[in-house]
Amino acid sequence: MSALNDSLVPEPLAQLPWRLIVLVLAISGFGLAILYSAAGGQLQPWALNQAIRFLLFFAMAIMLSRFREEHWKFFAFPLYGATLLGLLGVEIMGQVSGGSQRWLDLGFMRIQPSEIMKPVLILALAKFYDTLPSGELRRLVAIWPALLLIVLPAALVVIQPDLGTTVVLVAAGATVMFLAGLPLRLFIGGAVAIAAAVPLAFQFLLQPYQQNRVLTFLNPENDPLGTGYHITQSKIAIGSGGLFGKGYLNGTQSHLAYLPEGHTDFVFATMAEEFGLFGGLLLILGFALLIRWGIRVGQRAESTFSKLTAAGLATTIFFYFAINLMMVMGLAPVVGIPLPLVSYGGSAMLTVLICIGILMSIDRENRMRRR
Amino acid sequence: MKRRRPLLSINDNMRKTMYSRRAMLLGGAQLGVAGLLGARMAWISIAENEQWNLLSESNRVQLSLIPPRRGWIVDRQGQPIAMNRSDFRVDLIPDRLQEPDRIIAALTDLLELTEEDIARIRADLDEAAGYQPVQVADGLEWEQFAAVNVRLPDLPGVAPLQGFSRYYPAGPAVAHLVGYVGAPSREEYEETRDPILMVPGFKIGKDMLEKTMEEHLRGEPGARRAEVTARGELVRELETRPDVSGDVLRLTIDAGLQAYAARRLGPESGSVVVMDTQTGAILAMVSMPAYDPNSFSDGISHLEWNMLSEDDHVPLRNKTLQGLYPPGSTVKPMNALALLGENIDPEETITCSGRTRIAGGNFHCWRRGGHGAVNMNRAIAESCDIYFYQMGVRIGMQPFADTARNLGLGERFDGLPVPYQYFGTVPDPAWKLGRFGEEWQTYDTVNATIGQGYMLTNPLQLAVMSARLASGRNVQPHLIEGQTIPGAAGLNYSAEHLAIVRQGMSDVVNGRGTAGRARLPVEGVELAGKTGTAQVRRITMAERRSGVRSNASLPWELRDHGLFVCYAPTDNPRFAAAVVIEHGGGSGSAYPVARDVLTFLYDQDRAMEALERYEAGWGGDIATRMARQEAEYRARQRAAEAGTLTDPLELRESRDPETGE
Repeated sequence: MSALNDSLVPEPLAQLPWRLIVLVLAISGFGLAILYSAAGGQLQPWALNQAIRFLLFFAMAIMLSRFREEHWKFFAFPLYGATLLGLLGVEIMGQVSGGSQRWLDLGFMRIQPSEIMKPVLILALAKFYDTLPSGELRRLVAIWPALLLIVLPAALVVIQPDLGTTVVLVAAGATVMFLAGLPLRLFIGGAVAIAAAVPLAFQFLLQPYQQNRVLTFLNPENDPLGTGYHITQSKIAIGSGGLFGKGYLNGTQSHLAYLPEGHTDFVFATMAEEFGLFGGLLLILGFALLIRWGIRVGQRAESTFSKLTAAGLATTIFFYFAINLMMVMGLAPVVGIPLPLVSYGGSAMLTVLICIGILMSIDRENRMRRR
Repeated sequence: MKRRRPLLSINDNMRKTMYSRRAMLLGGAQLGVAGLLGARMAWISIAENEQWNLLSESNRVQLSLIPPRRGWIVDRQGQPIAMNRSDFRVDLIPDRLQEPDRIIAALTDLLELTEEDIARIRADLDEAAGYQPVQVADGLEWEQFAAVNVRLPDLPGVAPLQGFSRYYPAGPAVAHLVGYVGAPSREEYEETRDPILMVPGFKIGKDMLEKTMEEHLRGEPGARRAEVTARGELVRELETRPDVSGDVLRLTIDAGLQAYAARRLGPESGSVVVMDTQTGAILAMVSMPAYDPNSFSDGISHLEWNMLSEDDHVPLRNKTLQGLYPPGSTVKPMNALALLGENIDPEETITCSGRTRIAGGNFHCWRRGGHGAVNMNRAIAESCDIYFYQMGVRIGMQPFADTARNLGLGERFDGLPVPYQYFGTVPDPAWKLGRFGEEWQTYDTVNATIGQGYMLTNPLQLAVMSARLASGRNVQPHLIEGQTIPGAAGLNYSAEHLAIVRQGMSDVVNGRGTAGRARLPVEGVELAGKTGTAQVRRITMAERRSGVRSNASLPWELRDHGLFVCYAPTDNPRFAAAVVIEHGGGSGSAYPVARDVLTFLYDQDRAMEALERYEAGWGGDIATRMARQEAEYRARQRAAEAGTLTDPLELRESRDPETGE
């Protein structure tokens, strides 16, 4: 990976995974350009904030990359416990104050425990399977503790209610269980069970506004000015972009405010209107490279913990990306998942850069071992 | 999960292999999803591009129509009868209205709306479809208009507009001639689906010429393409196509004469039609009292509507076309023509003793003492009933009916651009058999010879009859200047016969006839005419014995209608007219009106002088009297609501002189 082992460059700098850093900077830079356009060709109110936030969080990610595998292993369960408490705290505060909220105010910053839980859950699951001897993999003891680890935070998040995050948590958790080597038929059976449970869950678990979103997704033309408005306007933005788009700063859907949330959840549509299919494919390629890097970090890792952590974190980023794009293209209901590194907002960026930071630390471990 | 079969034990190596395989599978699946997303995007942006482009454009670009200015209606000299005035107005768009109560309250403060206005707005809102604008107020002061504009962000659904409103300078005088305009109804929109009908403030013709000549007057709407945001804010204008004004509609009407006739009718319920005897051009067509088309065009309040529809002088009915009256003795010149056609000698006399017995029934002349020996000329001039009874019985009904139809009675004039004509009845044996299944009786003929019984005509037909007698030609009435209607060929009556009839009509006024006071105060111009009195009640034998009650002693609605048909000058007829005064008490109420109206054509000053004298007695001109009537109605309504007495007289008397309550 590191081609820059020139003596002119200091050792710690040369050790950084520069190709990945360039990739992340490229995706985020593209994102900033889109936010600049979404604000009507201005740095305020989004692009500048987002740039500062990115630099801050990216520096943090570089710092995280200096941690060693044993640190992550050691902190996995305590972090999990703390974040779970945070989720509980949010829920209790919500009950007390009478209004639902998703964040905790730490004074200097607000934290969404549900976002932090995404990488932390992966660490906890990896730690659990790392501790589990290979011989136990086909026993019940390989299943229920992992399920418990997933279900506890998922249950707390779904009552917030935050359907998007719940889906990401459960899907990423299940992926780690799959990679850990649990029998395949469990997953096939699980998929069948979920398929059967979906109508029931729809009926009894979802809030009316969530049910509406799902129904609208299935039939957006039924309600073009109500909840179907988002999906329709997003498809108009993407579809009218054509091959090369209407040109930078020339999007009408976003600039004339027809596209709702054009700087957050639907930022991809804002981009596609101005850069067309070409820009879209470029962004998809960027994310594909990022995720493939994460999976390969896992494949090159030595310990079960690192393997599962790397693949799990890569998958978390994948789910963000895939669900968001499916949503803006009308393939999934509007669940409120941002496009990582591109959408305006701090929480998702923090989560994804934590994931990337941990991935970089595992990558560093791999390379140090090889040397 | 209890298992009977031995478990496959997994070692660390197997675990690593399994991870590699599964991670590859996972990576492959993720790549597949990414590929699918790319394909989906390509599908939307390439295959469906056209469709989404179209939607994007229709989002971005808002097409708004510019209502065309309506064509003016002018009289034969180019005087405006209906014109457009620049106007500030405020409308409500029901579709965008969110809290009607709050908004109406806010507008009430800003625009000083009255309770009636509010009631009307609410009623209109209930009826309006989402797209149809409801007028709040128009003719606003600039300050009020600006006050609404400033508060617009807090008033969703309120649409202030600077536009044009229709203005009729003569007001009620032309109401039943040109009609009025109003916002299109839901039905009218659904008929054509023309988007211009949805534009706030746009009005279409609702009655008479405004309605029938709509296409001529409307013009072509302009269009403005503008880029707008989702919140409806204008970004920039793209292009504008100007509107094309509607065409001017030039009428045969003489606006001055029309207004004069309307004023001259005074407080009576009546109508005046004046025609050109040679061309059939209508110079005046007046039905009074009438509504004010200016306030009708703005949308009127319930109170105004109730007042108009409760009025026994029926201001909402166009009496020139919708009023049907027994023509009475005005048919006598026409009937004389029929007699001449059946070879009756005009010098043959009939002795009138005031009454006669025909087919077992008693028939009376209007003059109790009788006329003595009457020939045709005297029978017309002095309107002897007995002469026509006896002659009528001699020749039978059919010649009368044929002559009546030839002269325009019972005729529907297809050349007139009017939305309705009640064309009445010219009875004959075939008609009676078809209508009632009964045989024609001798007394039916007797009634018809003096224009009573089944015979019904409208005032326009009477004017046409007069014009055709005066010119001897089959003139067709028309209202649009330059419109030529075929059929003004000569009628099939000999000049000799027509001269006899015309002399009789001249003697009505200038001889010793029934309307000596109708003589024109104009040097060298003589008027010829015929009076008519149409009974609206049956006179019983008992009453006849004790003396027929005078009209003045009867309640208004039982008094006789007064009619007068005429033409002038006698030597070379140019103008023909018909005047009908409902319940005027006899022809004496009608011919002074005709005299003054025709005087106006020759000597306006003299005519105005006479009018001003009358108006002083009536309590002011039309506008003054209408305003007073409305104020009285309002007071009565308020008193009725308060539970007190409704009669204005009693209302006055019940007031305490000290407190005024």
